[in-house]
Amino acid sequence: MTALLLRDLRLAVRAGGGFGLGLAFFLIVIVLVPFGVGPGAQTLTLIAPGILWVAALLAALLSLDRIFALDWEDGALALIATSPLPLEGVALVKAVAHWITTGLPLTLAAPVLGFLLNLAPPAYPWLLATLALGTPALSMIGTFGAALTVGLRRGGLLMSLLVLPLYVPTLIYGAEAVRRGAEGQGAGTPLMLMGGITFGALALLPFATAAALRVNLR
Amino acid sequence: MSIWEYANPKKFIATTTPLIPWAFGLAGAAIVGALIWGFFFTPDDYRQGSTVKIIYLHVPSAMMAINAWVMMLVASLIWLIRRHHVSALAARAAAPVGITMTLMALVTGAIWGQPMWGTFWAWDPRLTSFLILFLFYLGYVALWEAIEDPDTAADLTSVLCIVGSVFAVLSRYAVLFWNQGLHQGASLSLDAEENVADVFYFPLLLSIAGFVLLFIALVLYRTQTEIRVRRMRALLARSRRAGTREARA
Amino acid sequence: MGWKPTLRPLPSGPALVYSRPMLEVRDLSVARGGVPILQGVSFSLGPGEALVLRGPNGIGKTTLLRALAGLQPPISGETLMEEGAGAYASHADGIKAQLTVEENLAFWARVHGQEVPEDLYEAFDLTALRTRHAGTLSAGQKRRTGLARLGVTGKPVLFLDEPTVSLDRFSVTLFADFLRDRHLAKGGAAVIATHIDLGLEAPEMDLTPFAASPEASGGADEAFL
Repeated sequence: MTALLLRDLRLAVRAGGGFGLGLAFFLIVIVLVPFGVGPGAQTLTLIAPGILWVAALLAALLSLDRIFALDWEDGALALIATSPLPLEGVALVKAVAHWITTGLPLTLAAPVLGFLLNLAPPAYPWLLATLALGTPALSMIGTFGAALTVGLRRGGLLMSLLVLPLYVPTLIYGAEAVRRGAEGQGAGTPLMLMGGITFGALALLPFATAAALRVNLR
Repeated sequence: MSIWEYANPKKFIATTTPLIPWAFGLAGAAIVGALIWGFFFTPDDYRQGSTVKIIYLHVPSAMMAINAWVMMLVASLIWLIRRHHVSALAARAAAPVGITMTLMALVTGAIWGQPMWGTFWAWDPRLTSFLILFLFYLGYVALWEAIEDPDTAADLTSVLCIVGSVFAVLSRYAVLFWNQGLHQGASLSLDAEENVADVFYFPLLLSIAGFVLLFIALVLYRTQTEIRVRRMRALLARSRRAGTREARA
Repeated sequence: MGWKPTLRPLPSGPALVYSRPMLEVRDLSVARGGVPILQGVSFSLGPGEALVLRGPNGIGKTTLLRALAGLQPPISGETLMEEGAGAYASHADGIKAQLTVEENLAFWARVHGQEVPEDLYEAFDLTALRTRHAGTLSAGQKRRTGLARLGVTGKPVLFLDEPTVSLDRFSVTLFADFLRDRHLAKGGAAVIATHIDLGLEAPEMDLTPFAASPEASGGADEAFL
């Protein structure tokens, strides 16, 4: 398992691994928003929590189709499936690797981008906390979507259609917690509800993901 | 004689063929009857005026939008557990009907919302939940369409349906948390206090019965079509196979 | 798929000898795309034995090997093998272009809980290529790396699907030597689908007689016919 994790991380940072693309996408979306809605500081403060969350979600979505597609094309997935590794564990490791290469950098970069959108000062710890707790759910749900569409040509677009509705609860609680934090209210409730979704997804979705992989490998 | 015998495609077609015209006929009679009753023989609401009469389309379609998904969930589980092809095909057949019902609920809701709330669309929890349900339906149908092998498609869409059901319920509660909304309480509920008045209630029940029958008729009819498509595919595959054998021999 | 002791007549005489084959396939039928393509395949392999599968393209060699490796369920029949004793290899060998030869092999070794034996590089003539990124290798060199992976699985039963694609004659000899000396000689077994002569002293099985008839039962479409 650790071997698979280390290999995936190594592949991500080597040439052509696409590491950092999601981060760059996050930055560009955040830079584009003021061009769209105008530079007014008040407007930006108002929409910053939601925009930061939506942009982070889209940035995480961007790299999902690579989770299994490369291993599928070169046959590694079939070899892993016939190896002693349990496929459920493989699914979880793949999600963890995606989180380390995408969700974690997004979380760490978000406060910096918060300045660009004039995010209210009390919201910063909430932004960091919700993304740290919410992006693992995005990775895990995305891994499930990637497993469903792994055998398909042009599966990427279809995967977005499957995955984005599944992101709704995480997005709602995450952005709501930051918004409440920005207004100085307690945001513990949405944060905890989001955490529940994250841990539930991490506990159960590896099984659904492994089932989908087995069907696709048949 | 077990209920699972009807999972045989031929038996299913033979059994359902005589039922379908009856289901369509009764559905049509019930819906037309309910609409005439509701439109001409019930009073206007004291607050909402005659706009309330859209309730005879709005409530049944909204109910069927959810029921269709539940039926797909049950059919998916049956397919995954017992591997009855008819079950998977019935789930596939129900999805477009569910989409239509969802769209109908959204459109009639918007038409009703304009005079009541002064806007066609508000991010009200109920409306939002139906919009999310609509997206789930789209993803489900798109996955069916994208996969060539019918058994692979049945397996993957079933897994998606189960996971999607859990997330649909989570979304419902998330949306309630997010916005308390404008929508009136449930039109029908076991809690009599909340119910609409009896004079609207009975034509509404008739309309709902009509929609249930219409749903059954459409799903049976579409399942038959799916079975026949699948049968054509199977016959083609067999003749292709016989062809290659002859060529080899 | 646990062990089941079986009685097997030896070709030399009528006496029945109690033996434990490493792999026993009984009356196996497999389907591709829901259509039955092979039926009634039976054979058994003991330690040190290999079986070469022959037959025209599309007869179902790949499908049979995938079913044996557990990637797809058979329609009927059984495969008796010790749990987790098999390793599968196809011409898509999962070698990552961005990793070096050493890193690739070390990964698969760790997945199987093994170490990379030092002489494995020599056996596949990879010593000079150890620190090269797999993306810079030629097709044949890459293929040899993929085959060397079989040396780190530690599995006694190998299912090999066209292992010699894009290998030159020298490399084919290397691979045949590996199979004979490092795998079969140590009590391993192998089922190999190939079109060329590997120079192994192994029985061949032509799959053509096992082609499923168009009326064969058990396909995904059966209920609809």
